[in-house]
Amino acid sequence: MFSVLAHAAAWLTLALLAGIIISLIIGAAPAIKEYGLSFLWTSDWDPVQNKYGGLVMIYGTLMTSLIALIIAVPVSFGIALFLTELSPAWLKRPLGTAIELLAAIPSIVYGMWGLLVFSPLLSEYVQQPLQALFGGVPYLGALFSGPPVGIGLLSAGIILAIMIIPFIASVMRDVFEVTPALLKESAYGLGSTTWEVMFKVVLPYTKTGVVGGIMLGLGRALGETMAVTFVIGNQNQLNSASLFEAANSITSALANEFAEAGEGLHQASLIYLGLVLFFITFVVLAFSKVLLAQLKKSEGTRT
Amino acid sequence: MDTKVGQTIIEKPKLSVRNLNFYYGSFHALKNINLDIPENKVTAFIGPSGCGKSTLLRTFNRMFELYPEQRAEGEIMLDGENILTSKEDVSLIRAKVGMVFQKPTPFPMSIYENIAFGVKLFETLPRIEMDERVEWALKKAALWNEVKDKLNQSGSGLSGGQQQRLCIARGVAIKPEVLLLDEPCSALDPISTGKIEELIHELKTDYTVVIVTHNMQQAARSSDYTAYMYLGDLIEFGPTNDVFMKPKKKDTEDYITGRFG
Amino acid sequence: MSSTAMTTAAASLQASRVSKYARRKRVNALALTLSLGAMAFGLVWLVWILIETVHLGFAGLTLSLFTEMTPPPQAETGGLANAIFGSVTMVTFATLLGTPIGILAGIYLAEYGQKTWLGSITRFINDILLAAPSIVIGLFIYSIVVARMKSYSGWAGVLALALIVIPVVIRTTENMLSLIPNALREAAYALGTPKWKVIMTVTLKSARAGVLTGILLALARIAGETAPLLFTALSNQFWTSDLSSPMASLPVTIFKFAMSPYENWQKLAWAGVFLITLGVLVLNILARTFLRNKH
Repeated sequence: MFSVLAHAAAWLTLALLAGIIISLIIGAAPAIKEYGLSFLWTSDWDPVQNKYGGLVMIYGTLMTSLIALIIAVPVSFGIALFLTELSPAWLKRPLGTAIELLAAIPSIVYGMWGLLVFSPLLSEYVQQPLQALFGGVPYLGALFSGPPVGIGLLSAGIILAIMIIPFIASVMRDVFEVTPALLKESAYGLGSTTWEVMFKVVLPYTKTGVVGGIMLGLGRALGETMAVTFVIGNQNQLNSASLFEAANSITSALANEFAEAGEGLHQASLIYLGLVLFFITFVVLAFSKVLLAQLKKSEGTRT
Repeated sequence: MDTKVGQTIIEKPKLSVRNLNFYYGSFHALKNINLDIPENKVTAFIGPSGCGKSTLLRTFNRMFELYPEQRAEGEIMLDGENILTSKEDVSLIRAKVGMVFQKPTPFPMSIYENIAFGVKLFETLPRIEMDERVEWALKKAALWNEVKDKLNQSGSGLSGGQQQRLCIARGVAIKPEVLLLDEPCSALDPISTGKIEELIHELKTDYTVVIVTHNMQQAARSSDYTAYMYLGDLIEFGPTNDVFMKPKKKDTEDYITGRFG
Repeated sequence: MSSTAMTTAAASLQASRVSKYARRKRVNALALTLSLGAMAFGLVWLVWILIETVHLGFAGLTLSLFTEMTPPPQAETGGLANAIFGSVTMVTFATLLGTPIGILAGIYLAEYGQKTWLGSITRFINDILLAAPSIVIGLFIYSIVVARMKSYSGWAGVLALALIVIPVVIRTTENMLSLIPNALREAAYALGTPKWKVIMTVTLKSARAGVLTGILLALARIAGETAPLLFTALSNQFWTSDLSSPMASLPVTIFKFAMSPYENWQKLAWAGVFLITLGVLVLNILARTFLRNKH
């Protein structure tokens, strides 16, 4: 009896995933029928005229997550390095806990803090100077054009970065700590500096776990709703490469529009977006598993 | 030369240890060690577990500095300078004093990259010269023939004995003057052990070798000088034949004849 | 090699080492400084967010927060009573619903399905569910519950939250059970104990600290979740204890109030944020100390 229950619970998990995928497809069916795959690269989103294209949101999701990773990965590496090699022993546990508490803070807190506290400061101390500095520069200037009011892709990316740092840093710290002491001593024994030991020996040794941690953070960033919704600006536009313009991500579009969307193409298009997001998350997860398997094999090949 | 330890006078010692004390926290692990390590010879440190032989070895390249609760006081003279208080950065000291550990520790990279790793720290060599250096180091470690066709493969794909020889090659590639071997054969099978013992015999032509071993037969076979330690004290030091055939201290004799340890 | 040739070679080697080291030393110092900076970077955000939350939220902590309902914009009085009640209710039910399923599936993975194909697939799927965006879970429940019943309801919210609890509990339960050494199980089997009894009275019991911690962490997680409630429980201006009608919750209420331009709403939003953060942090610290003490 007990065994039956346990098995049933496992089957339920399978059924759940199947159910999610199926219900998403059914819900998105009208939009899929109408647009097919062109939905992915069309940017018109007009509830009035009932025309929908998901490019703006997909771009917003990918771009904010990319910015978040660019910031979070080096910072997390620095934190993990500090916790394992530089920090005095008595400080390690409290600092580690502090970083983990960052992960416990609910995303709505990040969102609200981001909008009401962070964005005015970002506007004044980062965006306006950046715009003044790079205004005339050909390609870089385009990145920093647009209204520097503290919302947009850059703001959302930075807040996401702060949110995913604890995930990535914890994993990195854990794998750095279980690196055999003899391996580190061998590198030190050859005369390496601390940086050289960590970057050239420990990091390659732990690359499996590190990539796993990064993927974990990426998954989190892709699916994050509240933090992004507050600061991304909620505009369905993609007119320039600017990081300062208001934009939209899949999650923020859903959060803002779904409740009021009438049944029909609007709602179906939104569910289509949800399906796309789910698919992207799935791909990231599968890719990370494949990548890890491949990394293990190619340890010896030299360019 | 301190007559407390012995009657052996080393003419031109490579390393000179004077009044060395070592502490793990408050535990006094090495007690007033005085010792000369002869140049271009193999010196073995023997003694029961916990006697301090590895601890002593690890002072020679300041490996203990990685751990804040370990500290050393005294003098270890290398080429006229005290390693322990030298203003020279520890990286440069470790370029001169290399170490091989109890277990093989290949880096997660190809065999070629393993050898080149240390060299790149200290020298900028064009590709051709680096190739030559890698070949030279692998030949010195008697590993060249076995890996010359698979230099691009991962170091961890080799057998235990080969990996350890890889580590030895990695150590000699940077052209140190002293080689410290910390129980290098303890994780290896008898055949690999034999190969490494042969290797040690050849290495001493170019390097001063200090080896820690708990295997007395190995010490007797491979070394020119032997130091016997017990509970942090240096009990006896002299030419290996003397120490093993005509030990001067009863403690030494007891250990060697297997009455304990 | 003549001895002079040897000394020249040795000298040039040493010179090369020294000159390369100067640069390496600078790189190392820079890297370690940046590492310290990264640590400070992480801490600064934590401290700043917490300080602002306390600073802006504490002022709103009055009795009326807990006794009065969510007000219309620009009203004089008001509180978050209905939202607090809604959150507590839905979170409790979701945990009660999701925990047994999660534990059972975790037991399956650790005790029955270590090497079966069902086990591997379930593990993989659980990884996906864990990584799935919570808003997608909300969409799923919307499609099968809200759309069917043609109404938003507290029960829909409970279901959505439960779906977030389940993968977390599965993962921690499986991990904790796998840590229990086999010797313990074998000793129980040797006495003739049936498998289900071994699991319930020996294995699960030994792992209960870790499993409980997992449940607490899942609870803390859903206490702060907004997205899954957005189109399931929706929200409600008024008090309701009827789970079959739309129900207010702290996170959704905060979302609505914070994005608005009304000052009384924003003040209430900060107070709500303070409450949630306090609750979540307390739960987390509780879970940690609990786990540490048991070990």
